[in-house]
Order: sequence, then C-alpha cells, then structure tokens
Amino acid sequence: MNDWLNLLIGLAMGLNLVALGTSRLPSLIRVAALQGMVLGIMPLVIEHELRLLAVAVAIATVAIKGLVIPALLRRAMRTANIDRDLHPLIGFLPSLLLGAAGMIGAVVLASRLPLLPEHHESLLVAGSLASVLAGLLLLIGRSKAISQVCGYLILENGIYLFGLLLIHSVPLLVEGGILLDLTVAVFVTGIIVDRIQRAFDSLDTRKLTVLRE
Amino acid sequence: MISILEFLARLAVWLFLAPLLPGVINKVKAWVAGRRGPPVLQLYYDLARLWHKGVVVSTFASPGFIAGPAVAWVAVLAAALLLPLGPLGTSLSFRGDVILLIYLLALARFCTAWAALETGSAFEGMGAAREVSYAVLAEAAVITAVLTLSMQSGSVSLSAMLTPSVGPGAVLLAVGLFAVLLAENCRVPFDDPNTHLELTMIHEVMVLDHSGPPLAAVLHGAAMKLLLFSVLLVQAVLPIGELSVAAASGAMIGGVLLVTVAVGFTESLTARVAFRRVPLLLTTAFLLCVFALLIAWKGGAA
Repeated sequence: MNDWLNLLIGLAMGLNLVALGTSRLPSLIRVAALQGMVLGIMPLVIEHELRLLAVAVAIATVAIKGLVIPALLRRAMRTANIDRDLHPLIGFLPSLLLGAAGMIGAVVLASRLPLLPEHHESLLVAGSLASVLAGLLLLIGRSKAISQVCGYLILENGIYLFGLLLIHSVPLLVEGGILLDLTVAVFVTGIIVDRIQRAFDSLDTRKLTVLRE
Repeated sequence: MISILEFLARLAVWLFLAPLLPGVINKVKAWVAGRRGPPVLQLYYDLARLWHKGVVVSTFASPGFIAGPAVAWVAVLAAALLLPLGPLGTSLSFRGDVILLIYLLALARFCTAWAALETGSAFEGMGAAREVSYAVLAEAAVITAVLTLSMQSGSVSLSAMLTPSVGPGAVLLAVGLFAVLLAENCRVPFDDPNTHLELTMIHEVMVLDHSGPPLAAVLHGAAMKLLLFSVLLVQAVLPIGELSVAAASGAMIGGVLLVTVAVGFTESLTARVAFRRVPLLLTTAFLLCVFALLIAWKGGAA
C-alpha cells in the first residue's frame, strides 16, 4: 500500500517539475489537472476500508480538480486569447533547477523531521513541501494571471497532501469545503482574467502594480 | 594466446557491428514515413567508398586536421573496449575505469572540435561551439548516471557497476540515459543528422570539410559511439551480467535493437527543438539522473 502511495506522490512530484519547465499554458493547465486527479485518488489508497464519504470526496476531487477547474481555466484562456507565458520573471531553466533543488531539500528535510512511525516510510511530507515550493515558484515567477492560478492550484495540492497525514482524525468534510472554495476562487479568477484582458489588452499582472486613480 | 584471440574478437565485434545501427535507424525512419529507404548496410558501402577517395586539405590547416579524426576514432574504440559485455566481462578492468571511459569520450569530442576549428571556416567554428556547449550539460547527466550506478553497486569499476536495480529508479535512469544517448550522438530532438542547412547543424557542420578516409573515421566513430551508448544503456537497465552467455547475448542484441528502433521512432515522431530549448531538455535528463541517484541513495540508507 505504501509503495503505491509513494509511486503516486512521486508522480505528483514529477508533475511539479513538468509544470515548472513548460511555457505553454494548455500543458500547464493539463499538468495541474492531472496532479489534482492523482491526489484525488490517494485517499482511496490510504484508507483501509472504503467508506462512502471517502469515495464521494475522492470522486468529487477528481471531478472538480480534473475537469471543472481546467474547463474554467481553458475558457478564461480562450477569451483572453493567449497560450504562452513568454516573459516570466524567473526563467524556465532557473525555475526548473530551483524546483528540483527544493524537491531534494524537501526529501532531506522530511527525513529529519520527528514524524509518527507510520509516516516514516512515506513521501507524504516531502511531496507536500515540494508541491508547496513549486506552487510558490510559479506564483512568484510567472507573469500571466493564468499561470499564477495554476501555481496556486499546485500550492493547494501540496497543502492537501499535508492534510492526508491527518486523514484519520480530520473529517473529509473539511476537504469538501476547501474544494468548494477552490472552485469559487478559480471561477472568480476567470472573471478577473477577462477584466484584466479588457482593461490592459494583456494578461501581464505586472501592469497592475502601476494602477493609479 | 586465448586472451589475444578474445581481444581480437571483441575488436571485430565493435568495428564490424557498429555501422549497422545507423542503417537500422534509417530503415525505421523510412518505414514510418512509408518509403523504402536506403539498405541497412548503406554505411558499410559509404565507408568503403570513402576509404578509396583522396583527401582535400586546406592550405591553412595544420596536421591536426587529419590527426583529430584519427585520435577521436582511436579514443572511441578504446572507450568501447573498456565496456564489459555482459557475463563475458571486459578484457581490461581496473578500479575507476569508468572515469577513463568518460574522459576518452571527452577526448574524442575535443579532437573532433579541434579538427573542425583547423579549417578556419565560420560554420565549423559555430558547430564546434554548439557541440561543446551541449556536451557540458550532457556530461553532467552522464556523470550523475555513473554516480547512481556506483551508488547502487558500491563499486567504481565498470564490470561490477553495471548491476541494475528494479523499480522507479531504473526507469528514471533509463529515460535519462536515453536522452543522453540522443544528445551525445546528435540525434533528433537535439540535432538533426539529415539537415542540409549549415546554420542549424551541430555535429554535421563540424565535419563538412573532411573528406576521404578522415571522414570515414568520423562516420565510423560516430556509429561506434552510438553502439557504445546503446550497450551502456542496456546494461544499466537489464541484469545481463547474471545470465548465461547465450541468453545474455540474446538479451543484449534484443536490447540494442530496441534502443535503435526507439531512436528511429523518436526521430520520426518528434521535431528537433529550438536551440534555446535544448539546455532545458538536457537539464531535464540531468534531473532524471539526479532523482535516480536520490532513489539509489535513499534505498541504500533504508
């Protein structure tokens, strides 16, 4: 069971790096969606017996993170008429290297932390820290609003991974609430993206820093 | 006496089988494109033809123009002879021979670049600069892969090192080494061996002014390097050393053919990437090897 979980987390960590290295927005959205789906099926791998609520939350996570949010983002991308993040603040190669260094740092840090014995063998903490770092890098380093939203999604995926540590003590209802918030946030961002595009003729969020009355 | 015969047999295998690989790749590419393609033995005909031709040497060029390809060819051949062949082992093995292998390949590249610069042509200088700058990144990946293998086996000698592990680490290492193979042998997506435009060539542009036997040495050396990397990749992934001789040779031939066909399909199905994206691709290969190293290290600790 732990092997399968670690394989899934490894896959999610690999997707972090793909997200950091790609310049095309459609593939960035696809990577974020795929990572959300990989994370969505993890509760089923962790839980020993399948409860109805766990299955429901897993299905909802996969549906929302894998289908609804990407669809919203793609719509925003189409209306804004862009498909590349051409001038990132941090280049693709440096962000890839930073992400990989962060990933190695996360693995080393996780092996030093005083975790519960049942979590020693799993990559949960390492994967969570690595995803949070990758999400932060995307949020800081990219200039287009849509890539920043994808960074935010990956950041949230990292927090979700951390939450899986406590899966036996925190009701999955909390996860459902977070999912709802996330959908609304992406929905609102889609509208904002449209507005930025109309006001500035560009999606570069750096233009928002020089707003004046 | 036996050891000399065995050494000669090894030499013959490397010398005579190497030109087969580019032929297989071209056949696969032709098959995917729906053409009949050149015969598999085309490179043998080319080499025989080039061997009988004369050499044109620029009046500016020093003897290095001829010496470069010759030294490069000998260096690649020496590197190939260091590589063990499954259960047969190697004819020459010592502690740290893997480092000699890496340096022999670097020497070969240096000599090709040197001979290219000897012509004084701007195109050749450009090609040499590109080749060397990509080699820096590819070499980092090779050294990391070697480090992974030596971490897994706890040895720095090639014959003991090529004992592969199973699991995600082996997959990462295989993909990383395959990318290195493509980059080191100037295949798509790093370089296009069939391009006709000097401005976009890397390896091909370096040998534009070579002719006759030196060009034959360059072409044969390139084929041997391809075989060397394929054999290295197969042995780094498959546990060939533990099989019997017959099974091991079958596995080796099958593995090398599989790698060659994979190269052919990669060339048919992908386009070469823009120059500024190549470092990103090579860094990805390097990172794959780094993560294989990480898994080997974590696995060794646990």
